[in-house]
Amino acid sequence: MSIIKAENLSFSYESEGAEVKVFENLNIDIDEGEFVAVLGHNGSGKSTFAKHLNAILTPKSGRVTVCGIDTADESRLFELRKNVGMVFQNPDNQIVATVVEEDVAFGLENLGVPREEMRRRVDEALKVVRMYDYRTYAPHLLSGGQKQRVAIAGILAMEPRCIVLDEPTAMLDPIGRDEVMETVRRLNREKGITIVLITHYMDEAVKADRCIVMDRGKIVMDDRPASIFPKVEEMRALGLDVPQATELVWELKRRGLNIETGALRSAGAIESILKMTRDQL
Amino acid sequence: MLRDITLGQYYNTASPLHAMDPRTKILGVIFYMVILFTASTVWEYALAAIFTVFVIKVSRVPVRFITRGLKPIVIIMLFTLVLNLFMTSGGKELFHWWIFRVTDLGVETAVKMAVRLVMLIMGTSLLTLTTSPIALTGGIERLLSPFRKIGVPSHEIAMMMSIALRFIPILMEETDKIIKAQTSRGADFESGNLIQRVKAMVPILVPLFVGAFRRADELAVAMECRCYNGGEGRTSLRELRFRRVDGGALCACVILTAAMAALKILRMVGVL
Repeated sequence: MSIIKAENLSFSYESEGAEVKVFENLNIDIDEGEFVAVLGHNGSGKSTFAKHLNAILTPKSGRVTVCGIDTADESRLFELRKNVGMVFQNPDNQIVATVVEEDVAFGLENLGVPREEMRRRVDEALKVVRMYDYRTYAPHLLSGGQKQRVAIAGILAMEPRCIVLDEPTAMLDPIGRDEVMETVRRLNREKGITIVLITHYMDEAVKADRCIVMDRGKIVMDDRPASIFPKVEEMRALGLDVPQATELVWELKRRGLNIETGALRSAGAIESILKMTRDQL
Repeated sequence: MLRDITLGQYYNTASPLHAMDPRTKILGVIFYMVILFTASTVWEYALAAIFTVFVIKVSRVPVRFITRGLKPIVIIMLFTLVLNLFMTSGGKELFHWWIFRVTDLGVETAVKMAVRLVMLIMGTSLLTLTTSPIALTGGIERLLSPFRKIGVPSHEIAMMMSIALRFIPILMEETDKIIKAQTSRGADFESGNLIQRVKAMVPILVPLFVGAFRRADELAVAMECRCYNGGEGRTSLRELRFRRVDGGALCACVILTAAMAALKILRMVGVL
């Protein structure tokens, strides 16, 4: 069942009198429960695409349907936004309230959810992201990763079917990045929430079920991570990195070693190297 | 340095005053101000003073926290004191030198005014000392909500206050960063006369404002993404409970204010 469907989507904006096309005739289909990473260089249109999913932007032409709702249909805007949560890059600029639990409740307050129901959903969301113990803290006392998890809890409390994350780890340290990615993956596996992750960290994209690579407004690759990352040269031509493990085995192969390429994680790379040394003995 | 700032001056402890509904406390402060400004005889002042001391005791806030609020207004207090002392006409002359003339009425007015100001500051700072900023904004929103009909944007006012509180620490940190960045590139904020120092602030304020606008824009989008649509049909996680103790406190305030007003009226018609 497809939950996100973009048909012939085009978007452009005006800059100094000239029309700048971000993308043209984009077609993307994402199934319910999928974990999709959208990759691309700056200006590839990946962020603009993300903003079409909950009607921050609406198509210039074409159509985007999410959870069966046409994003251009203004009468169903709140229904759409309730179902499609959005997490942004800077955790500070999306936390509204001065106390963690009140921020998590913000979306529910807007939707007019009764107090008892709200209390239950806020507590549950905070437990899922493992921030329940911090529920009475002021947000400015939390670390970046914790703040981003609070932002995710705020979305989660609205019980969305789909969460779009626009470079959620770009401003975090490695620990915060791991915390956020672990949370996102768990939401996908345990709650079956569809995840669209916009990122330029390849080690995060590896964790997705599917990677969509965009370049100058076009989809250039759309496959499982195991199929796209071993294409190291193609990825580099697009201005993208590959995971470190993939790069290591690829470099070894290029230097003339008889090694199996295609490892995505360090464990896989270690296995390939061990296999190679065994074969040589 | 800028990291451990506390918001407002909330003093966190468990006391009956802390547990009270913020609406009660806000209304209480309004009544308290009425009492202070209607007080005119020594007895009325004494009554107000007893009330002030009683509330301070109940609040369990250390007195030095309460008197700290007086520091910024010392100059204003001295100014009113001097002004009242020399400018009051009438009364028996106590002292005369050149154009300065001090009368007993002047002394009385000056002392009363000073006492009134001190009590005013102490009483009102108790409100912010015993009520957290969020509770305060919640209380203001609910108190103003009846005036929505005549166009008072009560929800928007509360939302603005709460967002301002949320972003104070963030903008403080940003200011700190900008100052350090400019200092590391040779900017000098510490020397020169007043005008030079004010001019040196411009390179701090410009990036700070640009950053604040960018943040505001992002926050607005994030709020819309979470279905924010103004105050209409909104519910609230925080519950304001108006309990018996609130009713009692409010009754006490009303009775006290009424008593003061009655005394004043009796005096005016000449019974007292």
